Amino acid sequence: MTDQPSVPAAVPGAAAPATATPTTPTVIAAGSGMFGASDGGDTSGYSGLQRVTTLPGAGTRPYGGYFDAVADALQESLTEAGFGADDPDGPIEKVVIDRGEMTLTVRRAHLVEVCRRLRDEPDLRFELSMGVSGVHLPHDTGRELHAVYHLRSVTHSRRLRLEVTCPDADPHIPSTVAVYPAHDWHERETWDFFGIIFDGHPALTRIEMPDDWPGHPQRKDYPLGGIPVEYKGATVPPPDERRAYS
Amino acid sequence: MADQSVTVDTDPLAAPVITGDDALEGTLVTVGGGDWDEVVDTARLGEERIVVNMGPQHPSTHGVLRLVLEIEGETVTEARAGVGYLHTGIEKNMEFRSWVQGVTFCTRMDYLSPSFNETVYCRGVERLLGIEVPRRADVIRVLLMELSRIGSHTVALATGGMELGSTTVMMDGLRERDKVLRMMEEITGLRMNQGFIRPGGVAQDVPASTLNRLDDMVTSLRHGIRELELLLNENPTVRARLVGTGYLNLAGCMALGITGPVTRSAGLPLDLRRDDPYCGYSDYDFEVCTRTDADNYSRMRIRLDEMFESLKIIKQATARLRKEPGPVMVDDKKIGWPAQLALGGDGLGNSLEHIKHIMGESMEALIHHFKLVTEGFRVPAGQVYTAVESPRGELGCHLVSDGGTRPYRAHFRDPSFNNLQAVSAMCEGAQIADVVANVASIDPVMGGVDR
Repeated sequence: MTDQPSVPAAVPGAAAPATATPTTPTVIAAGSGMFGASDGGDTSGYSGLQRVTTLPGAGTRPYGGYFDAVADALQESLTEAGFGADDPDGPIEKVVIDRGEMTLTVRRAHLVEVCRRLRDEPDLRFELSMGVSGVHLPHDTGRELHAVYHLRSVTHSRRLRLEVTCPDADPHIPSTVAVYPAHDWHERETWDFFGIIFDGHPALTRIEMPDDWPGHPQRKDYPLGGIPVEYKGATVPPPDERRAYS
Repeated sequence: MADQSVTVDTDPLAAPVITGDDALEGTLVTVGGGDWDEVVDTARLGEERIVVNMGPQHPSTHGVLRLVLEIEGETVTEARAGVGYLHTGIEKNMEFRSWVQGVTFCTRMDYLSPSFNETVYCRGVERLLGIEVPRRADVIRVLLMELSRIGSHTVALATGGMELGSTTVMMDGLRERDKVLRMMEEITGLRMNQGFIRPGGVAQDVPASTLNRLDDMVTSLRHGIRELELLLNENPTVRARLVGTGYLNLAGCMALGITGPVTRSAGLPLDLRRDDPYCGYSDYDFEVCTRTDADNYSRMRIRLDEMFESLKIIKQATARLRKEPGPVMVDDKKIGWPAQLALGGDGLGNSLEHIKHIMGESMEALIHHFKLVTEGFRVPAGQVYTAVESPRGELGCHLVSDGGTRPYRAHFRDPSFNNLQAVSAMCEGAQIADVVANVASIDPVMGGVDR
């Protein structure tokens, strides 16, 4: 999908989920044609093919397994804090159950509160965090940058994934280092690679790339550049500009 | 303006000494060898704080780890770790290769435990695809992982011993590791970075003759590890350096997200092979080794004990491989790698049977072979997180697919990366000599840290 011109809006039925309802699946890719070539050359007869790829949408009750217990305990705890279950601006945007894993999409303003409750509530006790990972989804308009937290409960032998989104234009997510000190380096890594600014982090500096590195290399719009290789006048383009199957 | 004579600069290649107005704060002393007493005199200990930059090119930092130590006399008051010197963009590279080719990249991350990197990645791809690998493939994976664990632990002890000044421990440790690597080579064809575990199973079956040699190796390895144990366990120098140093209790481990031998040394039997069994680990009989002193010595003992447990698992896996023949790759021709390897006169390559089949008998087989090798298979969109218990703790893999033939995002939660955060907690307030032992007890592999 990387060699696609960014025209997701032209795809029918793939309206940008700027005002997404919880059940709207996340659009992560929109492709056309058989090989994704935009400069002619697709003689397969499938050049008019339009493809939209979405991530799985919100699940419905019962979720199955321990997922219901986790959702109930968290909701109960959040209700104590004054958040209703159907609050449109509540902490939990949606619950996705996919491939035996539970993902809570959390609104960024409430992230630290949710993390603290997940860690401290006796029924939840996600005391171990496996860190933060970033995902850049340029087609997910208005929520391009995702930070993904992998939590693990040793007490209850459970796993849970939190997903927090922020737009490219305002790449801020509150830091969770105060709740999970382990996130110190992980948030630095996510800042380094994706440019997500974790507000309140004690020292948000680059960790893998050199301090003076321009740009954030794991973003999908980061130019790979590459080294021009010339052979009889032809130049080999960098991998992200090559014709590819997906 | 500081007096120029107070600086020591014996190394002609060292950076120029900056003093006085150009210095950020006080006098900067660049030391490039020479007598430490002279340096101390020059730096005029007392009110001055000394910041020692240890690494990244230092023989006792376990690779290219940079430690910034603030010391007061022999006591470390602040310790920070700097990483990133081995960053090679493996995660980014994987986004431009097919799902199967990803194995070749991720196996190179933590180069001491390649089988774990491959397994966690392949299990991620398999969960995204929604497939189960054949039972025999799981047994071979377990076999390789436990061999890898022994190989990794022996290096941890060997380099740890070398960093404490004992080359005997290093030689003995590396000797044992070589047995493991030779066996790895016999099974997979390569000593390191094998790329043997593939989405859908493993590349090749393990022949019966190899299993016999594996039995011999287990016996020999048991003696070798026992020898290491006899050399280390009650050694007064080892005990003096390791007992009571590098303390990190369970609360510290939990807060810092530490897993593996460090957490088990604090008394918690945290082991994914038990807590969340994968690859059929629930069918094997083994113990999770724990101790309660939470110091460097317990971590060393845990590593030694775990190697014996790994040998137990290897024995059981070998018995299972003898008893239960079967396929080692999924039956689905749309996913399973098509090439059937065979040893010919010119080395390992596609078997003549397979070549005959695709070139002379079946057009469809040829198309499948061609499409799988050039394009690869498509993986339904979604995201998964899989984890395995690597020698250093929980190795996690977060995979996101956009439904294409390449990973949309592959992120590895490497235990070394996370565990290095404990350096500050372990070293601050300790002696400067303990820093080396503490880092060795975390056993970071910088290839995994930086990816």
